[in-house]
Amino acid sequence: MSMDRRQFLKIAGISSILGFGASVANATHPIWVKGLDPSQVEPNKDALTAKRWAMVVDMSKFKTDEDFKKTIDACHLTHNVPDFRNPDGSVDTRKEIKWIWKAAYENAFPGQPNKFMDEHLKEMPFLVLCNHCDNPPCVRVCPTKATFKLPNGITMQDMHRCIGCRFCMAGCPYGARSFNWVDPRKAINPERENKEYPTRTKGVVEKCTFCSERLEIGKMPACVEAAPKGGLVFGDIEDPNSEVRKIVSTKYTIRRKSDLGTGPAVYYLIGGSDHA
Amino acid sequence: MKLYDGGKIIIGLLIFVGIATFPFYYNIGKVNAKPEPKVDTPAIQEWEKQYGKKECVESKEFMRTEHMQLINLWRDSVVRNMNRQYISTSNHKKFNMSLQNGCMQCHSNKKKFCDECHNYMAVKPFCWDCHIQPKEKEENKS
Repeated sequence: MSMDRRQFLKIAGISSILGFGASVANATHPIWVKGLDPSQVEPNKDALTAKRWAMVVDMSKFKTDEDFKKTIDACHLTHNVPDFRNPDGSVDTRKEIKWIWKAAYENAFPGQPNKFMDEHLKEMPFLVLCNHCDNPPCVRVCPTKATFKLPNGITMQDMHRCIGCRFCMAGCPYGARSFNWVDPRKAINPERENKEYPTRTKGVVEKCTFCSERLEIGKMPACVEAAPKGGLVFGDIEDPNSEVRKIVSTKYTIRRKSDLGTGPAVYYLIGGSDHA
Repeated sequence: MKLYDGGKIIIGLLIFVGIATFPFYYNIGKVNAKPEPKVDTPAIQEWEKQYGKKECVESKEFMRTEHMQLINLWRDSVVRNMNRQYISTSNHKKFNMSLQNGCMQCHSNKKKFCDECHNYMAVKPFCWDCHIQPKEKEENKS
């Protein structure tokens, strides 16, 4: 019987799948094939849940540098975010990792400023973080689904799956994502690290997670707890009785670059320092 | 049959065989030392006192062979599905699905527990590139 190369490969392929595949499938535990049964897992009973998490940043409540610092430090220490410094003590912006940080008005809201605007507004720093968009470009471009949407609106990421391609950083219009160019542990003080949360490794992208890990055990986000009273309001914007919803539906709030259609979930209340 | 340069060839062969088999006789007795992971941490002893026996989230046999797949599935459950509690099929107790806040709370002896077998099998899981390992006394290093 003569056989061409194509037929030979077909038969060889099928028989190896049948023989080898069957023996492997029989030899392993069903957990390798079927995974966990839904009855084996459940959410933590204390978990805070929402249809759509959202945040209001009331800029009038952030008065001093200390107010910003407290809020940012709370987040960065909770999540073991490295603090890279130059020899002179300034922030090493080439390696910097940011989850929540300060930005000038003209950078946070480009397109908004005008020549004769309020000096205070022009100079004041804004607290910015991941906007957990309804339609996040970072999720759309991620080739490994390392970043994805949770049903509660949080744009979450699975560090185990990140291949460090940095498409998400190119996609995000808010600069909310940071890449680990070097091992972040070099810039984490082992005495201040949070033993309940991992660090990241060299070569992955990271950002704010709206403290998904804290919400799931019944705690509010670290920044919300540390911010000046009322400075950061966090809740379910789909719930008509929630505080965030009340603020957003009764006061004038703006969102960063909402004209891009990403549907950011972080709302800014800007009223100067004496109202709102 | 005549072997030209027989002496040189035989000496060469002997040297070759000697070098090629060096790893085998060099390691006689050493590598065969069976890995003996220790399950005697304070937390485990406390558990034993409370429940009358040592038990993990599943049976010892299951954990020995399938723990890597189990913790992979745990990760997906926690990160992607927001389900953080694991209900054991062997003892029906609930466990926090977490490496740092779950596994390592009992198995605080990474060197004598994880590394014992992983080194023997020459597997290098990269868990600890990110996850913070429990602090251990230096004397355990040896």
